[in-house]
Amino acid sequence: MEIQEPVILSHDKHRALIEVTELTKKFDNVTAVDKISFAVPQGELYGFLGPNGAGKTTTIGILTGLVRLDSGTIRIGGLDCTKNPKAAQHLIGVVPDESNLYPELSGFDNLCFCAALYGMPKRERQTRAHELLETFGLTEAAKRKFAGYSKGMKRKLTIAAGIIHRPPILFLDEPTTGIDVSSARQIRQLIAELHQAGTTIFLTTHYIEEAERLCERIAFIVKGQIVKTDTVANLLQPVQEKRATLISVSNSTNDLCGKLAAAFPQLEFQTVSLEQIQVESGGPISIGPLVRFIEEQGAVVTEARRIRLSLEEVFVRVTGIELDIMRKETEKGGGSL
Amino acid sequence: MKQWIAFWNIMLKDMQAYYLKPPNISWGLIFPIAWTGMFFIRSGSGLDNVLTLLPGVLAISILFGTTSLLAVTVTFEKKNRSFERLLLAPIPLELLMLAKTSGAILFGVVNAFVPIVLATFLTDLSQVVWTTMLPAIVMIAIASTFLGLFIAVSVSEVFEAQTFSNFFRFPMIFLCGLFFPISSLPVFLRPFSYLFPLTYGTDILHGAIHGQNMLPLSLNFPIIAGFCILLFYVSIKNIHRKWIV
Repeated sequence: MEIQEPVILSHDKHRALIEVTELTKKFDNVTAVDKISFAVPQGELYGFLGPNGAGKTTTIGILTGLVRLDSGTIRIGGLDCTKNPKAAQHLIGVVPDESNLYPELSGFDNLCFCAALYGMPKRERQTRAHELLETFGLTEAAKRKFAGYSKGMKRKLTIAAGIIHRPPILFLDEPTTGIDVSSARQIRQLIAELHQAGTTIFLTTHYIEEAERLCERIAFIVKGQIVKTDTVANLLQPVQEKRATLISVSNSTNDLCGKLAAAFPQLEFQTVSLEQIQVESGGPISIGPLVRFIEEQGAVVTEARRIRLSLEEVFVRVTGIELDIMRKETEKGGGSL
Repeated sequence: MKQWIAFWNIMLKDMQAYYLKPPNISWGLIFPIAWTGMFFIRSGSGLDNVLTLLPGVLAISILFGTTSLLAVTVTFEKKNRSFERLLLAPIPLELLMLAKTSGAILFGVVNAFVPIVLATFLTDLSQVVWTTMLPAIVMIAIASTFLGLFIAVSVSEVFEAQTFSNFFRFPMIFLCGLFFPISSLPVFLRPFSYLFPLTYGTDILHGAIHGQNMLPLSLNFPIIAGFCILLFYVSIKNIHRKWIV
């Protein structure tokens, strides 16, 4: 697969291509986006991570001109889009959370039509459409109607339509939600390639692993507010300095975690599920005394293994949102990593 | 130039995806033929009366052809979110909606020629003032299409578009002087006739086809143009208000 380089807006890599200040949006009495501010420099892959209803899609809607903002300012590619959302539409590509191409047109015709919307001449848009169909492995389905595509194929063609005019800035809203594992992997690879080619990408997702794998910086968004923003490395630093062990037990009593915490005050314990306890420490964890203590309480240790703490733990600690909620959303979306 | 490439392709896409589909071509042909047959042959006044019926048949063919298709296609695209693609394109909303409606306007004009072609077999059209009739057909097509746009923007479901269309269309058949003069309507209904653009378009057609218009052309054309501007302006306002929330 080969992704062509987008138009370079500036050779200053630190120049912010997306600048948002105090952005607010209310729907009736519900505040969907609450005074959020952030800046995305040229070439960065910036992630918006949060559960459904956190305000991710609304933010993309405002930035792309599909939703009207209540207050705040927006600059995209150096252009003030606060009062004129159309000012920067020639600089952006948008991949919405649902594939929204024309069901009655073929894959090829859909791409040509999307290119024409950006004023691309006929020969150029046909060449570009063929290129992208090949890149996304859809050449054989080029003449088939979009309505007959599988979910994964629809998603790929929707992404192709979003980049047909080589936009320097790309908004991706939940790009892998609801599609099979193989298609999701291909799409993630394509996103990584677009990023490497220099496209500035604003990605929203509720898949923590996806954000961790793809993004340079991540903002955690909960109930319309950004609660934390940092590079993936910085976000992971506190948990990576820790060691963690996952102990699987059977015949466990309800207060086993509390008893362990009282007996081993130098360690941190968390109940992951009825049969799993997570132990964390700043130093090495001696497993022998823990196993003996648990068995003295009448439970049986079936497994104990060291685990790598991931962005999930950081997300839970920062947002207070239980992982189960995010996992259920992942399952609902049909997504898998 | 880039905006005109977009304009042209939006119009072509709509023609390809909607208006040139076999069911719509047959609708575009059968519907005017049915009206023509119903009024020319079954009106009881015989073939002598073709010239007085032609303005009404023309107007009704354009009205039904344009409003039905535009209201449904725009509502359909809004519903399946493909309309967002157009809203994201770097072209002004006004130009975008003109592109979106231009296919329906053409469809309406083509619809008008079905009864005209049939009429050539039934009567002598040598007295028709074509230089007045052709602009009138175009103006009726524009006004009807913008009425379809107004309807499309006012509803959210495809079925609502159809029922809401009929809310306007069926009263217009009786109130706009299509098949009998407005002067023969009950007095209390006559003021309503002047609230519809079709009244003025049909009046121009009556004048151009058999020389019996009620208002002067210098009044009819500006009024129907005013209706077009008003309907388009209100539709654009509604898109801003209801679709970009």
